[in-house]
Amino acid sequence: MVAQAVRATREALLSVLDRVMDPEVPVLSVRELGIVRDVEVDPTGSVTVTVTPTYSGCPAIRVIEQDIVAALEQAGYPGARVRTTYAPAWTTDWIAPEAKAKLKAYGIAPPGRAESGELVQLFRRRATAQCPYCDSYETELRSEFGSTACKSVCWCRACRQPFEEFKAI
Amino acid sequence: MSGPAAPPSVAPVPAVPTNALVEYLLRLGDDRLVLGHRVSEWCGHGPILEEDIALSNVSLDLLGQATMLLRLAGDAEGRGRNEDALAYFREVVEFRNCQLVELPKGDFAFTIARQFLFDVYAVVMLDALTGSIHGELAAIAAKSLKEAKYHVRHSGEWMLRLGDGTDESHRRVQKAIDDLWRFTGELFAPDDVDRAMQAAGIGPDLAALRPTWESLVRDVVSRATLTIPNDLPRVASTRGGRTGSHTEYLGHMLAEMQIIARSHPGATW
Repeated sequence: MVAQAVRATREALLSVLDRVMDPEVPVLSVRELGIVRDVEVDPTGSVTVTVTPTYSGCPAIRVIEQDIVAALEQAGYPGARVRTTYAPAWTTDWIAPEAKAKLKAYGIAPPGRAESGELVQLFRRRATAQCPYCDSYETELRSEFGSTACKSVCWCRACRQPFEEFKAI
Repeated sequence: MSGPAAPPSVAPVPAVPTNALVEYLLRLGDDRLVLGHRVSEWCGHGPILEEDIALSNVSLDLLGQATMLLRLAGDAEGRGRNEDALAYFREVVEFRNCQLVELPKGDFAFTIARQFLFDVYAVVMLDALTGSIHGELAAIAAKSLKEAKYHVRHSGEWMLRLGDGTDESHRRVQKAIDDLWRFTGELFAPDDVDRAMQAAGIGPDLAALRPTWESLVRDVVSRATLTIPNDLPRVASTRGGRTGSHTEYLGHMLAEMQIIARSHPGATW
């Protein structure tokens, strides 16, 4: 007998998505990063997951979509659809304090508050990042851009190590 | 626009390539596709590792923005062309980018100066487009604006370093501004397409954006101890990149960009 697809509830689906990790920051789930915006189940039981990309050109978004569909299928919800939305625009302010703590433990300085500010604002106004290794604030920004679209590169003058910081956007 | 206020994104659009909305979206998308490709030419050739990575990141953002905008253009056109078809299977005269973005990358000073002039244009334009009544375009603009603000911080800070740096860096970036300035007229020269979009509430009054752009540019340029050429650019709006008249450089760039897709149509990887 072919097993009937499990009748989906929103809560059950969300708990599946809690286990889908971001491929580039594998300590955070796609929900913790704010990539998953919504989950809907229509009366026929078919599932639609709404996602929003972090950066316009984020190469990981296709993999994330595939991972979401695969995880749902494995949990008994085959044929899920993934819908993309751009509004509201993704912001690192959606990353909760618990998720920021996970980033730090993983060795990535969590993002500060996103600056909205003027159209052209040279030089950061906010405080320097805290070193995720030694907790010092004696750090400097080395490059606004890093190994992935979502990270910049810093240097800790206290423990003399480079570290990555999640860009605040 | 007349009649009941249907959102333009779902309003019927004549399926002709001259349609104003399609043209408008192609202009926005092609600026980013062409500049994104030009900036990507630095990948593996940056003057220092951090800049190699930074320029590659900027390129990636621009190509991502181009993807969203060209997809929207293809949808509005309604002839089944997606963003890849528009990027790889149009001829040079069908591209609608401004000439500023298609010029060869030059030296690092030229790349930074061009990027700065474009980045300021991008933040001013995208900020205005967040108020578009075209919901999907407004959403793309709001998302892209965050990235453009990040880009202009990078290019603007480099303008200060190069302009107020060594004699050689000053000389090189001043020459870049001198050479690039005449290409900026096209950015703010509205034509029938721009006026139609403005009338429909989709796009801003292009000419009215110029003073904002120019004061933001002049502020950084003067802080960088640089000057802007006195003669203001004069561009006939009907003869620029927006209507398909390009410099000789775009065709060469497209030949390289398009050859794989055209040699192996339908290929996947």
